[in-house]
Parts: sequence; structure tokens; C-alpha cells
Amino acid sequence: MSAFHIPTMAELTAAGQTPDVLFWVGCAGSFDDRAKRITKAIARILHASNTSFAVLGQEESCTGDPAKRAGNEFLYQMQAAQNIATLNGYGIKRIITGCPHCFNALKNEYPELGGTYEVLHHTQFIRELIETGKLRMSGDTPFKGRRITFHDPCYLGRANGEYLAPREVIQKLDAELLEMRRCKQNAMCCGAGGAQMFKEAEPGEREVNHARTDEALETQPEVIATGCPFCNTMMTDGVKNAEQESNVVVKDIAELIAEAADLLEAPTA
Amino acid sequence: MLSQLLFLLLLSTGIFFFARRIGVIRRNIKSGRDWDGSDRKSERWATMARVALGQGKMTTRPVAGFMHILIYAGFVIINIEILEILIDGLFGTHRVFAFLGPLYNFLIASFEWLAAGVILACVVFFIRRNGMAIARLASKDLSGWPSLDANIILVVEVLLMFAFLSMNAADAIAQSRGLEHYVMAGSFPVSSWLMPLYSGLSDAGIIAVERGMWWFHIAGVLAFLVYVPYSKHFHIILAFPNTYFSNLNPKGQMDNMAAVKKEVDLMMDPTADPFAAAPPSDEPPARFGVKDAPDLTWKQLLEAYTCTECGRCTSECPANQTGKLLSPRKIMMSTRDRIEEIGQQREANGGTWQPDGKSLLGDWITEEELWACTSCQACVEACPINISPMGIILDMRRSLIMEDSKSPESITSMFNNIENNGAPWAFPAGSRGDWTQEV
Repeated sequence: MSAFHIPTMAELTAAGQTPDVLFWVGCAGSFDDRAKRITKAIARILHASNTSFAVLGQEESCTGDPAKRAGNEFLYQMQAAQNIATLNGYGIKRIITGCPHCFNALKNEYPELGGTYEVLHHTQFIRELIETGKLRMSGDTPFKGRRITFHDPCYLGRANGEYLAPREVIQKLDAELLEMRRCKQNAMCCGAGGAQMFKEAEPGEREVNHARTDEALETQPEVIATGCPFCNTMMTDGVKNAEQESNVVVKDIAELIAEAADLLEAPTA
Repeated sequence: MLSQLLFLLLLSTGIFFFARRIGVIRRNIKSGRDWDGSDRKSERWATMARVALGQGKMTTRPVAGFMHILIYAGFVIINIEILEILIDGLFGTHRVFAFLGPLYNFLIASFEWLAAGVILACVVFFIRRNGMAIARLASKDLSGWPSLDANIILVVEVLLMFAFLSMNAADAIAQSRGLEHYVMAGSFPVSSWLMPLYSGLSDAGIIAVERGMWWFHIAGVLAFLVYVPYSKHFHIILAFPNTYFSNLNPKGQMDNMAAVKKEVDLMMDPTADPFAAAPPSDEPPARFGVKDAPDLTWKQLLEAYTCTECGRCTSECPANQTGKLLSPRKIMMSTRDRIEEIGQQREANGGTWQPDGKSLLGDWITEEELWACTSCQACVEACPINISPMGIILDMRRSLIMEDSKSPESITSMFNNIENNGAPWAFPAGSRGDWTQEV
């Protein structure tokens, strides 16, 4: 039983409607149980802020990012061609996504192949919602004064130069934002990118995500905030490995906002 | 007159060998694939001005950055003095710019302070390289020639600066003794400390020291000129074109291969004849991805020659930090070694290169290194002169997959899943929207 209905592009088009934005969910957000919680948080935020949106549902397919970065340009371009045909078929103009890898592919790599859209990472869109008053924080957010550190996703930060949006959104929580020793353009990778998520790590002394989690834990946070479902998996695993799961939670910024915002009081569609 | 002829001979020999080496490097770089850097000119000049001329990325590491800027400023500014030495050498004059008076005194004084700064920085660098366990400088990447190369440069720079200061010290003594030809000119705030070293010498001895140091200095500079393009130190020149041709796109943007796009367009085109023969072509089909150095673009080969092996990339690489085999610096060094080798074979073979059965991927760079990369772009960010080791790594993965079908088994499964289900995991595509029922 769902609290509200999330329309697909196919449904809206059949009804002669066009949403303002497409929510590009991504594979992790669609299938991975942990990442689905992030997806649902984003959907709740979109719904509560009265954003006119839809998803592609079964018509969405992998952007091809992991294939491209693993060297399979054919597979990537086949995926891109298919997705661009779908997106252009619906006349999509504006896309928001919770996955920095999808964000990077859609924003930077699809235009040359015929798919040009305005693409926003969910933290950028949430910032816009807050700035335009469409989303309000509770007077007393559950994160007031809490220690939160933010792990920059490579494909949002270094890859696309967006360091501010996630931090500005976290600051709306009235929390204490702690910076890791290495952050922003110097942030260390969680270890999942470049298709590493889908393979065993090469032989070495330790796992990248364990090393990065140590850097996060140095700030003595209560929450490690992420903006990427893969980073989320890696940091969650790192916290478990450090046996800190009773002290530290790993949450996407969308989840923090969904918990803190006046979602129920917002006007409903 | 004899000394002028000798000087001309020395100068032209130095320039000849320098120019010949530049020609070789130029041919090696141009043996790469096409790459178009003719766009966005003003942005390119601005990037070069900021990153190369302005040393904009150096000070992210304050100690090394500050010391480097000392040497850089010294190198650039002291070259005004080289101009005077060239004119004096060719026309038999002595301190030809002395007529500038107070300005000349100011210039010579500032050259001396810079020379002292260069000596200080070189000594610090020498100690950092040889006496401190700084990981990126003590790395096995540098064992053998690269490490020796770095030390040669530091020692030679110190010797050149010492010769310059000794020359001034002897000149100042000669001036004070009113020796013939030694016009009263210059201000010697640093070399005056060296004067006690030479003040006991006879007039002939002073002239011998002054002339000797003058010749040693200019001969050393010319030898350095010939040496530099064989060395990692060539960055002093190539940093400028390399930053001019910087990648100006977002770092995350990876190129879409045009050859693949053509194939995919054909496949997606319902009017295309699936049985049509490929159009005839004289050129052999290009390889997908990069297997050997000539498969790289000329820009990537330029990057390989520009790399000065500082290792900032490797020290920021998450794979390297966690003990994996990958070192982005080694990727650049291997690339240069290989294109150098191919270049030598080509020169020996009268200008054409016969494949020698070896390749950059396989003989220099292993699959294990390539598969350790997380494509996080930390190496690209860290490079003070905008080199992208990651670009070469990902281009080589393309060769592994599209030419050799070699990938870790789990990567093959990921490809199969995307092909069959549109997701890297084995979930049915039909369940992609199931989460919408759970909100």
C-alpha cells in the first residue's frame, strides 16, 4: 500500500500530461535495498514539495556508465542510444537523479550523442526547493547540533565541481558540519567508481572504503552523509568493518532532509 | 677574437644538439592519433597563464610548492643575465648592459638573491629526495635512472649558480683593483660573501677565476640545454603547451568514441542494409582503445614527455594508497619510455616503424594496474600541470575489452547483466519500478 502514487512517463503521456521534471532513479536506486530507501526519500521530498515529476519505470535502463569505464564503449553507446531515444521520445527537458554516475553520464556524455537535458543532482534540486520555499525545515530538526560529515562523491565533486550544494543543504539541518582532512577536490574516493563496485578489489594492503571510512571517523561524526548510492554502500561497509555501526549512521542527504523537513505539512498534490 | 669563435662554436653546438633532440621528440609526439585542441583559445591561454606561468597548482603542497617557485623565478629571471653573457661572448664585450647604471645594479643584485634562493631550494630538494623518507620521492617508480636524473639536475643547478656567484665575486675584486676591462658595474650582495675565497689571489689569478667561472657557467648552461630534453626536466618547456592543451571539459566527461558511434548508429538505423559490405578503404581499421603508445593521441604523448615524475598523482591515488599495484606516475613514465623506444627504432629504420612484437599494454603496463583504477580523477586533480594518467588507463581498458575481450569474470557478468536486464546486477528489468509501490 503506498502513501502516494508515483506516475510513470507512459501514464502521464497517455493522460496528455507533461511533468516538470523526470526523476532518473538509476540501477542502484531501483534494485538495491539500501539505495531504494534513498530513492523513496527523494520521491517523498518531490511529492511533498509539490514537484510535478514522473519516473520512466521499466523504460529506464542503465546509463552505461560502469560499462564505459570498464572499457566497453559499445555497450555504453547502445545503452545511451536506447535511453536517449526514450528521453527524447517523451520530450524530457529537466532531469534530477540521486546517482552522481548517472548525473555525469546524462549531463556530460549524452549531449554529443543527441541527448541534451538540464540535469541536476538531487542535492542541487533540494537546495532549489528550499531556496524557493517549496520545502521547509522543521523549526527543530532532528539533526540540530548533531555532528555530520559529508563524503564527496567523485562524480559530483571532482568530476563536476559541485561541492557547495550538498553542504548548503546539510547546513539547513542546523547540524554541525564537520570536514574531513581530505574533502572537496582533495576528497578520497570510496572505492566504488570505475566499475570497481562490480568486481573484487585488486590485491593490496587494504580496502579503499575502509581507508576512507577511517578518515570520516576521525571527525567523530554521528552521521556520515553521502550523495551517491555506491558511496553509501561503501561507507556503510566501512563503518561495519570498523565496528562503529552503533555510534555512526551512514545516510544520504535526501534521507536526512526527508526526516527533517515538514513533509507532512506540505501541500499535497 | 679566438674566444669569440670558440664561444660561437660552443653556442652553435649546444643549439644544434638541442634542436635535433626537439625534432625527435616532435616526431614522436606527432606519431600519436589526432586530437583537436584548436577550440576555446582564450580559455586555453588563461589556463596556461594560471597553471604554468602562474604556478597555480603548485602550492597545494606548501613546502615543495614554495621551493619550486623559488627555482622557477630564479630560472626565468636569471635568464636575462644569460642574454648579457651571450652578447658579451659573441661580441667580446664585458658586462654590456653596465650602461644601465642603477638599474643594472638592481638587476645583478636581484639575480644574486635569486641564485641564493635557487641554491637553497635545490639543497632542500636534494635532502627531501635522498635524506627523508618522503613516499612519493622514495618510491620504487624512481629507482635507477629517474632518481639519478633528478639528482643530476639538482647538483648541476647548484654548480651553475655557484659559478655565477663566483664569477661575480671575482669580477667585483677585479673592479676594486681597477684591472683593465673590468668596468665598475653591478651590486653583489650575495657574492660578496664569496670574496674572501678569492681575495688572496694575484691579479692573474682573479682574472682566471672570473673567466673560468664565466666559461664554466655558460658551457654548463648549454650542456643543460642539451640534457633537458632527455630528462624529466623537460617540463620546464613542455608545461606551457601541455597546459595550453588542458582538458577544459568537466573532469568526469569521458570521450564518446566516434568509431563506435558510427557502428551504433548503423545498428539503430532501420533503413540500413544489414548485409551491406563495408565501404572500401586503403587504411587499416584503427584499433579500439589503446594497446600501444602510438594508439594514444598526440596530446597524451605530449603529457608523457611533460611529466616531471613528481608523484603527486600517485600519492593521491586511492588504489596506490591502499597498496595496489597501480601508480599513475608509472603509467606516464612507461608511456614515455615506450614512445621513446618506438621513436629510436623508427629513426634507426629510416623513418618508418616496424612493429617489434611488444606493446605498452602488456610489456610495460599490466592488467592488474589498469583494473585497480576507480576513475576518481584524484590523479588528474593532483597534477600541477594538468596531465591525465586516468585517460590513458581508461583508454587501455577499452583495448582490453573491445580488442582482446579480456576482463575479470565479474566485469563480464556486469556487461551481460546490462545487456540482458539493463542493470549491472541480475535483476529482471520488469521489476525496476517496484519500489514505487513501497513509498
